[in-house]
This record gives sequence, C-alpha cells and structure tokens, in this order.
Amino acid sequence: MKILAIETSSEACSAALLINDEIRQRYQFAPQKHAELILPMLESLLAEAQLSLNAMDALAFGRGPGAFTGVRIASGVIQGLAFGADLPVVPVSSLAALAQQLHRETGETQLLAAFDARMKELYWGAYEVDADHQLVRLVGDEVVCLPEQVPLPTAGAWHGVGSGWCAYAAALNERLAPRLSGWMGDERYPRAEEVAQLALSRFKKGLAVSAEHALPVYLRDNVVRQPQSDIAQEKREGNTAIKKPL
Amino acid sequence: MRVLGIETSCDESAVAIYDSEQGLLGHDLYSQAGMHAQYGGVVPELASRDHVRKLVPLIKQLLERTATCAAEIDGVAYTAGPGLVGALLVGASVGRSLAWSWNVPAVAVHHLEGHILAPMLEQNRPAFPFLALLVSGGHTQLIRADGVGRYRIIGDTLDDSAGEAFDKTAKLLGLSYPGGPELARLAEQGNQSRFRFPRPMTNRPGLDFSFSGLKTFAANTVREQDDDPQTRADIAHAFQQAVVETLVIKCRRALQQTGLTRLVVAGGVSANRQLRIRLRETATQLGSEVFYPGMEFCTDNGAMIAYAGWLRLKAGEQEPLAFAAKARWPLNALANNTDEQLTGC
Ligand SMILES: Nc1ncnc2c1ncn2[C@@H]1O[C@H](COP(=O)(O)OP(=O)(O)OP(=O)(O)O)[C@@H](O)[C@H]1O
Ligand SMILES: [Mg+2]
Repeated sequence: MKILAIETSSEACSAALLINDEIRQRYQFAPQKHAELILPMLESLLAEAQLSLNAMDALAFGRGPGAFTGVRIASGVIQGLAFGADLPVVPVSSLAALAQQLHRETGETQLLAAFDARMKELYWGAYEVDADHQLVRLVGDEVVCLPEQVPLPTAGAWHGVGSGWCAYAAALNERLAPRLSGWMGDERYPRAEEVAQLALSRFKKGLAVSAEHALPVYLRDNVVRQPQSDIAQEKREGNTAIKKPL
Repeated sequence: MRVLGIETSCDESAVAIYDSEQGLLGHDLYSQAGMHAQYGGVVPELASRDHVRKLVPLIKQLLERTATCAAEIDGVAYTAGPGLVGALLVGASVGRSLAWSWNVPAVAVHHLEGHILAPMLEQNRPAFPFLALLVSGGHTQLIRADGVGRYRIIGDTLDDSAGEAFDKTAKLLGLSYPGGPELARLAEQGNQSRFRFPRPMTNRPGLDFSFSGLKTFAANTVREQDDDPQTRADIAHAFQQAVVETLVIKCRRALQQTGLTRLVVAGGVSANRQLRIRLRETATQLGSEVFYPGMEFCTDNGAMIAYAGWLRLKAGEQEPLAFAAKARWPLNALANNTDEQLTGC
C-alpha cells in the first residue's frame, strides 16, 4: 500500500510517503511558504523511493480546520494531482493528525486538540485512541468556538495539544481543570506523517473520495466582514482582506 | 501544441483549451457574481472558497466536452497575478500540480497580459507594436506593446479604474453589482442633452486618468434630482458619455504621441458598445486600426490565459515546482523571453 500525503494547514509544511509500514516525511516550519515547498517535497520523496505518482494507491491531505489559505493549498494541490493521476483521495482532519502525533510521542490516549482560530476562538476536537489500531478517533464533533465554550469531555485524564492551548491557556485550564492531565502548546503542528497514517485506515474502510470532492473543512463559515466595494482598489494596491487568513 | 488555461484571479473560475493549429477548442466559465452581488462587491474569502469547489469540475467538463484526453495536453497555464491572492492560489495550486501529474510544463501567466492579448484569439489579429487601452474592473491603463512581454505603461489612473467608476455609479443608480453592463443598458434610454458630466484630466497634457471625481459628480447629481426612471437613465447616459469621451481623448492623444497605428482595447469595459463605436470612429479619422476581443473574452476568461500561456510555453518558459501567486505584479516588470515570437503571432 502506497499513500502520498500533505499537510499545510498551519505554519508548518509537510509531505509524507507511506509504503506499507514505513513512512518517510519532509517537514519544515515555514509560515507563508507552503506553495513554494510542497511540490518539491513530494518530488524528493518520490525520487528517493524511486516511485512515480502513478504508483500510488491513494493521496491524502490535511483538510483542516486551520489557516484558510493553507488548507486550500492542500486541497488545490491534491485535487490537481488526483485528477491528473486519476487517484482517490483521503481527506484527514488536521486536528486528528495533531492528536495522533501527541499520542505517538507520549502514549496519551485522551486528547484535546486545539488550534488558535483568532477572533478569540479556537478549532477544537476531542479524540480517544482505539486500543486495537493505536489510532485516534473523534469523540463528538469538531467545532470552532470560544475557549470558555469548548464541549466538556467525559471524565478522565485528557491531554491538550496545539497552538490553541498557548493562546487560551488560562480559559481552557479553568474550564477543563478536573479532567485535564496536562497540555503541550505551540511547538507541535499537524504533520503529513500522521495524515498518511490516519489515511491508511480510512482508505481501507472505503472512505476515499474523488479529486473534486477533496475539499477543505473550514469549520468557520461566517467570513463576510464588510461589503468589499473597494475590491478594485485592493486589486490595484495588492492588499486583500485575506492577508491574515485565519 | 495544446494548452489548458486556468483563470481564478477574482470572481470567475474559467478554463479553456487553446491549440496552436486549431485555435480555441473550447472554454468554460463559472461566474460567482451572483453570490457576491448580495454583499455589494467581491468578498475575497468567499471567492477563494468557491474557486476550490468549482475549478476541477470545470476542467473535467471541458476535457469531456472537447473530447480531449489528458495525454493531448502539452502544457498548463494559470493566472499567477495580479489579483486576489487567495483566489489566485487556487488556480496556481491546481494548475501547477495538474501539470506535474501530467508530466507537462506549467507556466504562470500575467492576468493583464492575458487581457491585452485576448484580441489575438480573433480572426483579424493585431500585430506588434500596438497601443493597448486596458479598461477593466481593476485597471485603466494605456500601454505601449512592442512584443510579447514588452509592455510600457504610458498612462494610468490616479484613482478609480473605469470599470470601478461604472460599478460604483451603477450602485448609486440602484443597479446590482457589477453594474457596468446594466448601466450601459440603462444609458441607451437616456436623454443626450439633459446632464453634462466633466471629462476629467482632458484639458491638460498627459495620458493619465482620474475617475473618482466622476463618481462623486454622479452622486451629487443623483442627490439633487428627483428619483424617477428617466432621470436615472439620463444620469447613466451622461456618465457613460463622459467616461467614453475621456477614454477616446486619451487614446487619440496616445496614438498621436506614439505614432502607433494599431489600437487594442481590452478588459471588461471594452465590451461597452458606445466605447467601441466612438473608438472606431476616432481610429478611422487617424488612419489607425482598432482591435477588440470577442465579447465573451472582454471580461475574465480562460481563453486569454491559455493563449498567453501558449506564447510563453512556446518560447521555452516554464514554472518550477515551487509555485506562487502575486497580488501585485507590475506589467512592465514582465520578463521578455519571447523575442522571436514578435512576428509569429
Ligand atoms: N458593457 C459594459 N460597459 C461598461 N462596463 C462594463 C461592461 N461590461 C463589463 N463592464 C465592466 O467591466 C469590469 C469587469 O471587467 P474585468 O472582468 O476585465 O475586470 P477584472 O478582471 O475584475 O479586473 P482586472 O482584470 O483589472 O483585475 C466591471 O467593472 C464591469 O462593470
Ligand atoms: Mg480581469
């Protein structure tokens, strides 16, 4: 089984090639550099393994939530590759990928992944680890909400991970205190390696989609601020309202 | 050579296939204008979200409709700027990765070069050198074009573009976004002599434009007059006439100053009937020839990108796997790698 995966929803950019039980990865912390880095990363992975894109069984991508522009780069790149090479795509939650990473590193089995979503909110998902496969499984729904309003997990010893924990440490600690065993914040970002790992099991379950359905999941949908009647001026000046795309 | 062109710089997802022997094989377009209309203008984030949903289905449909198989495509061209960076990135990600998966070269096209070269998709193609009047939603420029990639901006707007002035005035008249074409229709019912709007910056030398004053003038006129359908039509008429005459005066001046004998008019506003009539008259008087894109290729489209991309691919240009979108990208900063094409198109 061969899966090529990418994850560009955060400040980090990564690509991974899964061949059976082995995963190789390219990873770089590189804000705003995803478009520049992602295809060269894929090319170098394939070259190292002496494989062509057509030899893949599936493609996978971190479908968000995360930075809008980053998530769309992943979706756009994967749609182009999947359409061109006629491959199925497995969309994987970027929150789940980060939870999986923490599980792998620490062995924690109850995980609360949170990304800073700006505007005082965070993207949130609770995950438990399936003992058979050692893979995370979503509990409840992924949401975008205020830190004071995150869904309370069942009793247990939950472990937090992600940039949201740095941004809203006090509020989250207060809300989750009795159920929280600890958290790790900023230095971890979702990675293609876990995207590939999670994609493998989803692919086996028949959860792949075709190229045009490899779409982002934003969670935040109230994105209309001001009517953009000055779009022409923006175009001339080259600034757009999506400079800070979270 | 057969090139797939992709355009996503603003609120149109557009694709086309250009064949160097057979010409344009087909093109498709999905306009988001209806979605943005309710906000009175383009919302960049919504535009990007729609492109990523629509683009690949459009490509798929175009390949099927033109009975083109992937192996027949020799290159992929996508608009890389200028425009809304999030929107551009969708076309760039899909275009660049698709080219890689097909194992063909990709090329990043300048949106305004696409507009300027759009008349070359017609039977009667302009030869270089020519004067180009680019009148679109984001730009109003007079450009001296000496060859592919060899452009010099000799006149520019100091504030609003012509299309923007049309759209903003249309909004004042209660027309929905983008109101340019509707305003032009309304103007047909207008009375010639009721109002007279200024012709900004025409009574001093130079080739620059300024349209924001016209919009203000329109706003004041709307405020002072009764709000009835005939008055609205009369205002539309006077406004359109002022824009058209201003553009005509500057084109005449530019043709005379440069000694060029060919005028290319491109961009959304080049669809305007009055502008076309008046520029043709002027060109005839000066012994010049004027060239327009086909009506469907005035506003954003994939055909102009496929065509401009073909010229650049033919000249050996190619994007690396590292792709980019540029919100800003001055037209006169374009590399010219295509000298030998000067006579070829
Ligand atoms: N018949 C017409 N009369 C006047 N204006 C028109 C007409 N048809 C289209 N327009 C105007 O053309 C503009 C759209 O043109 P176009 O699509 O070329 O611009 P854009 O792509 O948004 O801008 P740019 O190419 O500078 O980034 C709009 O402002 C629209 O109102
Ligand atoms: Mg345009």
